[in-house]
Amino acid sequence: MYSQGLIGADGRTEEDEAFLAAFQARIDAEEKIEPKDAMPEGYRKTLVRQIGQHAHSEIVGMLPEGNWITRAPSLRRKAALLAKVQDEGGHGLYLYSAAETLGVTREQMTEELLSGKAKYSSIFNYPTLTWADIGTIGWLVDGAAIMNQIPLCRCSYGPYARAMIRVCKEESFHQRQGYEIVMTLARGTEAQKAMAQDALNRWWWPSIMMFGPHDAESAHSEQSMAWKIKRFSNDALRQKFIDATVPQAEFLGLKVPDPDMAWDESLNDGKGGYRHGPIDWDEFWRVVKGGGVMNRDRIKARRKAWDEGAWVREAAQAHAEKRAARRAGEDAGGKVAAE
Amino acid sequence: MAEATRLWEVFIRPRNGLSHRHVGSLHAADEVLALQAARDVYTRRGEGTSIWVIPSDAITASDPDHAAEMFDPTADKIYRHPTFYDIPEDVGHM
Ligand SMILES: [Fe+2]
Ligand SMILES: [Fe+2]
Repeated sequence: MYSQGLIGADGRTEEDEAFLAAFQARIDAEEKIEPKDAMPEGYRKTLVRQIGQHAHSEIVGMLPEGNWITRAPSLRRKAALLAKVQDEGGHGLYLYSAAETLGVTREQMTEELLSGKAKYSSIFNYPTLTWADIGTIGWLVDGAAIMNQIPLCRCSYGPYARAMIRVCKEESFHQRQGYEIVMTLARGTEAQKAMAQDALNRWWWPSIMMFGPHDAESAHSEQSMAWKIKRFSNDALRQKFIDATVPQAEFLGLKVPDPDMAWDESLNDGKGGYRHGPIDWDEFWRVVKGGGVMNRDRIKARRKAWDEGAWVREAAQAHAEKRAARRAGEDAGGKVAAE
Repeated sequence: MAEATRLWEVFIRPRNGLSHRHVGSLHAADEVLALQAARDVYTRRGEGTSIWVIPSDAITASDPDHAAEMFDPTADKIYRHPTFYDIPEDVGHM
């Protein structure tokens, strides 16, 4: 059950060797862990952090695309973009619910996002300058998200895995509508094609950074893999994404902005793959830590939404209380009449 | 920061003939808003023909720590299953 009331207020567990070994045995047997089950504190904390960041990314991710809804070039594009952005809001909500089963409240998570304490995907700190960016985000950013999310459908934590199944079902249209936008531009006038190439140039590197640091530098990866929160390493998923995406760019007649990109027979256990050039991790960390073009804007927009929505939340609460009081009054009145 | 709004569990009947099934939860001030939010969050692609919303704190759940005494007693009652009984093949399908 997802109910907050059912989650032990203190998630403390006796973490002796036997407890940890028994937990690991459940994980190794591919058993799902459910909210009220005993779990190591580290497992719980890792999930709270990861699901929270994931939820924040969905919510903040609505902003760069929301920026273009009123300027979509046709009604068809506008309807699709509106539906996509609405889906992202839904993804955020499924994920917040999943995190709440671990004993963290929605209010705590919101507060951490607004205060800047909680992180979200660095990709959303880049600006959406042209309509081609909207297509490129659907194609690359949602494409990269899908690569990350499909293995999460088998995550050992039940509520997270179930949320991801819903999310993955909805994501496929996001990538396809994006690719269709880029394809239309790539087959358009010279100026439109240049616009598509320019968007690819700006979004390519941030997209492949979405998979996170290289395995050797990834601090929590090993434990997450052992707990089956993660199923594939950052580099493995990145490679999968690149191998899938380079031919898609070629199909469009666009060029991935990596001069070192080349087919390498030795990759993927000899099956071959595209070897990429060095990634600028300084930029990655700068953007994660708040130095991106849009970091301040994104949080400002979320704060504004929260503050300006306060009266709605308060009014709904007041109305609910008034109705409850009236009902209680009617019940009491009814009893008196019946006696 | 605002006080917490009530948590609701959402159940959806995918189509007539099937039971309502738990799909997730959401926050809403009352049942009217909970139903509307459930419609928006959980049925954007024709996932259902009926929604139930139930305050999460109205649910009483069994305790996983007592799962053994709750559920293990059924494990040794194999005579509750049809395969426990020997019927000669000649009798045909039963
Ligand atoms: Fe999403
Ligand atoms: Fe998406």
